[in-house]
Amino acid sequence: MKRVSRTTLLALASAAIVGQLQPASAEELTVMATGGAWQAALRQAWFEPFAKKMGIKFNEQEYTGELGKIKAMVETGNVPIDLVTVETSTVLQGCDAGVLIRLDYSKVADRSRFLPGTALDCGVGIDVYGDVLAYDTTVLKEAPTSVLDIFDTKKFPGKRAMRKAPAQNLEWALMADGVPIADIYKVLGTLAGVDRAFKKLDTIKKDIVWWDAGAQPPQLLASKEVVMTTAWNGRIQNAIDQDKRPFAIVWDNQIVEYDMIAIPKSAKNLDLAYKYLAYAADPEVGARLGRFIPYGPVLTDATPFVPKEVLPKLPTAPDHMKSYLVGDVEFWGDHGEDLVKRFNAWLAQ
Amino acid sequence: MSSIALPKIGTTDRWDGLRPLALAAPLLLLLLFSFGAPIVALLSRAVYEPTIANALPHTIAALRQDSGAGVPGEPVFLALAADLKQAQAAGAVYEFAKALNTRLPGARSQVLRVARIATQDQATGKEAMIKAAPLLGEEQSWAAIRTGTNRFTSFYLLSAFDLRWTERGTIGAVPADQAVFLRVFGRTFLIATIVTLATLALAFPLAFVITNLRPAVAGMVLVLVLLPFWTSILVRTAAWTVILQKFGLLNDLLLWLGLTSDRLELMYSRTGLIIAMTHIQLPFTLLPIYSVMRSVKPSLVRAAQSLGARPFTAFWRVYLPQVMPGVLAGCLLTFILCLGYYITPVLIGGASDQLISNFIANYVNVELNWEMAAALSFVLLASTLGLYVTLTRYLGLDLFKMG
Amino acid sequence: MLSPYPTTAEWVRVTALWFWCVLVLIFLVVPIFVPVPLSFNSGSFFTFPLAGLSTRWYEVVLGTPRWRAAIGNSLLIGLGSTVLATVLGTLTAIGLSDPKFPARRFVVPLLISPLIVPVVVTAVGTYLFYARVGLANTYFGIILAHTVLASPFVVVTVGASLTGFDRNLMRATSILGARPLTGFIRVMLPLILPGVLSGAAFAFVTSFDEVVVVQFLANAEQRTLPLEMFTGLREQLSPAITAAATLMMGLSILLLIVANLLVRRSRQSASALAE
Repeated sequence: MKRVSRTTLLALASAAIVGQLQPASAEELTVMATGGAWQAALRQAWFEPFAKKMGIKFNEQEYTGELGKIKAMVETGNVPIDLVTVETSTVLQGCDAGVLIRLDYSKVADRSRFLPGTALDCGVGIDVYGDVLAYDTTVLKEAPTSVLDIFDTKKFPGKRAMRKAPAQNLEWALMADGVPIADIYKVLGTLAGVDRAFKKLDTIKKDIVWWDAGAQPPQLLASKEVVMTTAWNGRIQNAIDQDKRPFAIVWDNQIVEYDMIAIPKSAKNLDLAYKYLAYAADPEVGARLGRFIPYGPVLTDATPFVPKEVLPKLPTAPDHMKSYLVGDVEFWGDHGEDLVKRFNAWLAQ
Repeated sequence: MSSIALPKIGTTDRWDGLRPLALAAPLLLLLLFSFGAPIVALLSRAVYEPTIANALPHTIAALRQDSGAGVPGEPVFLALAADLKQAQAAGAVYEFAKALNTRLPGARSQVLRVARIATQDQATGKEAMIKAAPLLGEEQSWAAIRTGTNRFTSFYLLSAFDLRWTERGTIGAVPADQAVFLRVFGRTFLIATIVTLATLALAFPLAFVITNLRPAVAGMVLVLVLLPFWTSILVRTAAWTVILQKFGLLNDLLLWLGLTSDRLELMYSRTGLIIAMTHIQLPFTLLPIYSVMRSVKPSLVRAAQSLGARPFTAFWRVYLPQVMPGVLAGCLLTFILCLGYYITPVLIGGASDQLISNFIANYVNVELNWEMAAALSFVLLASTLGLYVTLTRYLGLDLFKMG
Repeated sequence: MLSPYPTTAEWVRVTALWFWCVLVLIFLVVPIFVPVPLSFNSGSFFTFPLAGLSTRWYEVVLGTPRWRAAIGNSLLIGLGSTVLATVLGTLTAIGLSDPKFPARRFVVPLLISPLIVPVVVTAVGTYLFYARVGLANTYFGIILAHTVLASPFVVVTVGASLTGFDRNLMRATSILGARPLTGFIRVMLPLILPGVLSGAAFAFVTSFDEVVVVQFLANAEQRTLPLEMFTGLREQLSPAITAAATLMMGLSILLLIVANLLVRRSRQSASALAE
């Protein structure tokens, strides 16, 4: 025992010395991600294997998922980050603001291998998650069957929680008001359509608790503050699997979204960053994340490699894809700022 | 207090101001260079935004030739096509489209579409361009482009007051469904005032009592007052969530005591937010008051009383004026800190309880619209400093004057 | 607080005052102790009743190098900026309280501006500047930035406690031949010490609780406690933060008790010497 620990110590020490002696010569790649269990899963599934394969050092940083810091880095011309994980809506913001580079897909993979909407100009999908409805089975006697049940205050009285943002909520409002899923963004692109969506939200406004951070929905359910909440499926799944909470997920009429990874402008290790993106675009590698966290792959050809026990928990499981909407990035790029302002004014009224 | 004039020693009049200035110099220099200059540079973005002008050199020239307002003629459209082609090649078209989209909602995708067409040299005339981008056929779009070509802009500052330039060239209110900032500013100042008064009502008596305790006991109480400082504001906010929520500790207590028959909705309400903010701010109001009270000699109040003043008069006329600088300092700190809250409103406040800093943080980090953030920050800074100057002058109180 | 021969009205007044103050203290302290039991929760949610008792969150905080490093960084940066802000701020307040201070009307707004400018704007502005002069991603840079944020607290509290200070005392000491520094340490400092210490406490908490500027200025090496708490917020609000809070409170109480004992002992030995 003693000898083992001594050898380990020696190994650690020599590793530290080697690391100190040649930090410049060894190639490095620095990624900034949003932390938590999710980043740990990325590390196990992709970062560490890639570093091992390439013989490089993979540095990690955390941030809160907001691009302000990268914009500041780009403005000073000194960008110590090579890769950054972002939400889909943020990709477009960063793209237009000239903060993220437009990717050269010839260095990544064939764009057609990605699910629609996951190979954007400035970002590649990492995983698929669903905006779903969640509830506590011990609180609701009758189970909701669709996300749109959140608008039914007669059948399901009590407070309900929604994300404090217009995206998803306006779409659901129109769906609940009878607009077919295929026409949602067409209707929402008109002033009358926006009015209609807000009018629908008006009907439950006094019963809504608004959440902001992804950590809040399971907490709101656990404290019985609300009877149901919209949520990201992974966080609810974690509460079910790891904390043994009696929660359930309603998938019908989910809105499918993607986590993205992007390269900031003026990144120092551009080639290596592209190599990483190409590595993660391999079907078998791409499916690996599901082993560590219940999010689905963005590659159409990766599904066969997803472990069988994980598949039923994913937003892309056939059972969950009977009725769904894919968030329209382009639409929110155009109307996001305006609708956010209107949403905030509406909230304040 | 003392009016005995002692002779001045050593220094001459001319250099009198230099010694106090030298004492303040290190901090002033640090502030000027590492805070003042960068912040002024950043805030100046509220009025200086060259993105649109930089992207449209030809269009600007052509617009100068074009007579009158409204939708311009063919030459301007040709110039715009040339500019967009250039911007597309230089990769600047997206920033231009975003900047225009701020002033002209929905313009982004239409501009990008026209730019794509222009690059392929197809159909660059007025008619074809309007077909690809219907917005270009509207008067208000060209009003937005014309004002946008000016590098110095009042757009963001006006927006901060829910105002805009109308098509007729006058300043008017933005549509009611977009008017949000005046209300948020008003709410921010209102909540800050309420919380400041609440902390004062709680802190002043406590500070007074601590001053009169035996030193050992006073030390213990001060430890309690300072204890919150060791826990993150995130933890304190989470603690209030646990207390205030529907099945939380406070509701349990109220029901058990029989004070309420129903569970109160304290979370996601302004009441809950004010309670939590008052708790977090209490030490900030208390400590300055306490530190001034410590230096006040109780003998003066006793003297007033022994000279026949009633307790209230002695307190009001003798004690209060002496501790007033502490009250002012504590209230100033709490009031200003309240203006900057944004974590607590998000986690405890309701939808209509978001404060101005939430919006500013959103513009900086999410929308990446630093111009708007700069404008809102400037308005906040100017109004707060204005309030400070007015109040101190009106009340005749100065924080920095020795007796 | 009572006069030697209290009247009934005075009794009522003083009793009401005491009652009120006990309520205020309860209001102040109880919420601070709510996280303590939650830190022993075996589940990962902030709810009572607890799912079960466990020390898993303490193992997370004490057992992972990340949390330990974060606590160390927070203390280092907090203490560094407290010392800097307290020294610079006290000097400035003393200078400002001199009636002969030039252009005070313009200087005071500059001094309190770091409080008013939204911290996210300060963070961006500071980052743009510090990155150009090589201060970004350094401990010194973060300490300096926090000093800027914390200095108004010291200036305001010390300034307030100086208003009761009789300037003639300083003149008297200098007439009696004391050097300015001696006069400051022996005469002025003891009188304004509560103000200086309050300012220092504010300065410390400003830095210790600050997350936005750190987000911009720090890289993985300088990660502080608040940053560690906030970055996970998107995924989950981990009860580890309550364990960290409990540890910090325990540490602070311990430190204060030790300091108290030391002061008492030194006083005793001083009086013993005097005898």
